[in-house]
Amino acid sequence: MEILVCARRVPDTSENEIALNSAGNDIERDDLVYSINEWDNYAVEEALQIVARIGGTVTVVTVGNDDDEEVLRREMAMGANHGVLISDPAFDGSDAKGIATILKTFIQKGRYDLILTGVQAEDGGAQVGGMLAALLDYPFASLVNSLEVLDGGKLKISREIEGGNKEINEIDLPCVLSIQTGINEPRYVGMRGIRQVASVPIPTFNASSLGIDPSNVGEAAARVKRVDYFVPALGKGAQMLEGSREENIDKLVELVAAKGGLK
Amino acid sequence: MARIFAYIIHKNGVADDSAAELVAAAKQIEASTLATAIVIGRSADLDTVCGNLHTSYGEIWKVADDALAYPNAELVRQALVKVLPRDSVLLVPHEHFGIDLAPGLSIKLNAAFVSDVVAIDEVKSDSLKVVRQEFGGQVSAHVCCDISSGVVLTIRPGAFKPQGMSPANGVVVDKSSEVGALTARRRYLETVVAEAGDVDITKHTVLVSIGRGIQEKDNVAIAQELADAMGAALSCSRPVVDAKWLEKSRQVGTSGKTVKPKVYLACGISGAFQHLAGLKGNPFIIAINKNPKAPIFQVADVGIVDDLLEFLPELTNKIREMHSVSVK
Repeated sequence: MEILVCARRVPDTSENEIALNSAGNDIERDDLVYSINEWDNYAVEEALQIVARIGGTVTVVTVGNDDDEEVLRREMAMGANHGVLISDPAFDGSDAKGIATILKTFIQKGRYDLILTGVQAEDGGAQVGGMLAALLDYPFASLVNSLEVLDGGKLKISREIEGGNKEINEIDLPCVLSIQTGINEPRYVGMRGIRQVASVPIPTFNASSLGIDPSNVGEAAARVKRVDYFVPALGKGAQMLEGSREENIDKLVELVAAKGGLK
Repeated sequence: MARIFAYIIHKNGVADDSAAELVAAAKQIEASTLATAIVIGRSADLDTVCGNLHTSYGEIWKVADDALAYPNAELVRQALVKVLPRDSVLLVPHEHFGIDLAPGLSIKLNAAFVSDVVAIDEVKSDSLKVVRQEFGGQVSAHVCCDISSGVVLTIRPGAFKPQGMSPANGVVVDKSSEVGALTARRRYLETVVAEAGDVDITKHTVLVSIGRGIQEKDNVAIAQELADAMGAALSCSRPVVDAKWLEKSRQVGTSGKTVKPKVYLACGISGAFQHLAGLKGNPFIIAINKNPKAPIFQVADVGIVDDLLEFLPELTNKIREMHSVSVK
């Protein structure tokens, strides 16, 4: 099976405190630790496990710039066969539909049976996968938390719905799936693995090599634009205990006991 | 302003709570006219749903088709593309069905799309400025959106509070005949109900709950010891289940369990809305997190910025000491 995984490099929320910059129009990006979007990493692992069972190749693609090569190499160190970078200044300011349009054009130049995305990105909104499927006119399923390849060009998938329940579906290939965290246990990538793929060439495409009309993507075509970031005025907010650890523990025990929280 | 539609999620003939929240969201976009509800499903289920909506919606568009007995997003999308006027504002709840439906629908309608909207900031004739949260709720963003050829917005559950308003007396309009044949390349087979776990966290009044901040599987024992000392149950947020450190049955949140404890000790939990949505009954929340900007501190009653792995064992020791004193 030929599998394409669409991935992104994002600020890692488990490594960073996200704060506003001094101008208040963006987050403070100096010194941010970036990593692969967590959901996308699960998608790559799922692709690798499918290929290990039934054969095929895994290609990881990202729309970004030279800095984003590092996530492609990381996923290649995990075992992905190919990494592809799609990069052009004309793509800057693209909204989700713009990104989906760029990916659609790339996908139509190849032949993929299955396209995976993460359910969402740290700074996104669970949108590119569903849009991409609609642009390709492929069937789509979101929030996929298990996957089995059936005979006859079909998959049996389960979707995560409310209360930990699972919705089981059959879906025809080719299709687009958005992959939920927890579907598998992504393998560890060591420095040695990354060094081994450090010099593997990464093909790069731009607007002209993909034949994309710049007026259909980028800021000019974007109907959705982020204006600024802000930190909303808090509601009442927590009463912060700011004593020594011992004082905080004493106060906490007193509060919990008063609320009937100690037996 | 274009006409505003609200997609109604329903089950067993009952509209979801989101139906009333979408009325409130629509009201913020257009205060002077009432939104139109769109109700799609099998005929037998729809009459009671529509009957209950006529007090809050100006009009109710009904699409009845046996092929839509289960809300398969691909089929629902085809039906909506046939029925909806092209410059509409469509509101859809941001839950598992909305996430499945809305992005692809926006493409087929050639409408703009903004997901997981938590507030409406500014309304103009051809644009909307809305608020979203990013990075797990650590920051919010204003997003401006051109709605001149329509827009699909997914609305975060719980973000818009239903308000009392005068009864609407909406009429039901049957749109079923406009839909035509529906075909899907994805077929619903069945729903598998979550397995019960060894501990039923929904039955406990005190929960010690752990998140990503617990860092490693071996550290889960530190929290279990605290829970034991307090006579509490151990629960968790999603990353702990994803990492397979605790069973799914221990997870609090939209994709886990809804709990109603009296006291909730959130340890290393950032406070994503999907987690908080599983926390009902206004518990007393104590948050312990090393990140002072964690969104959990906005909703907690008491907050402590500290290192869990040092703080929790000391807290456990303190509670054990108190027990041994009281036994003497």
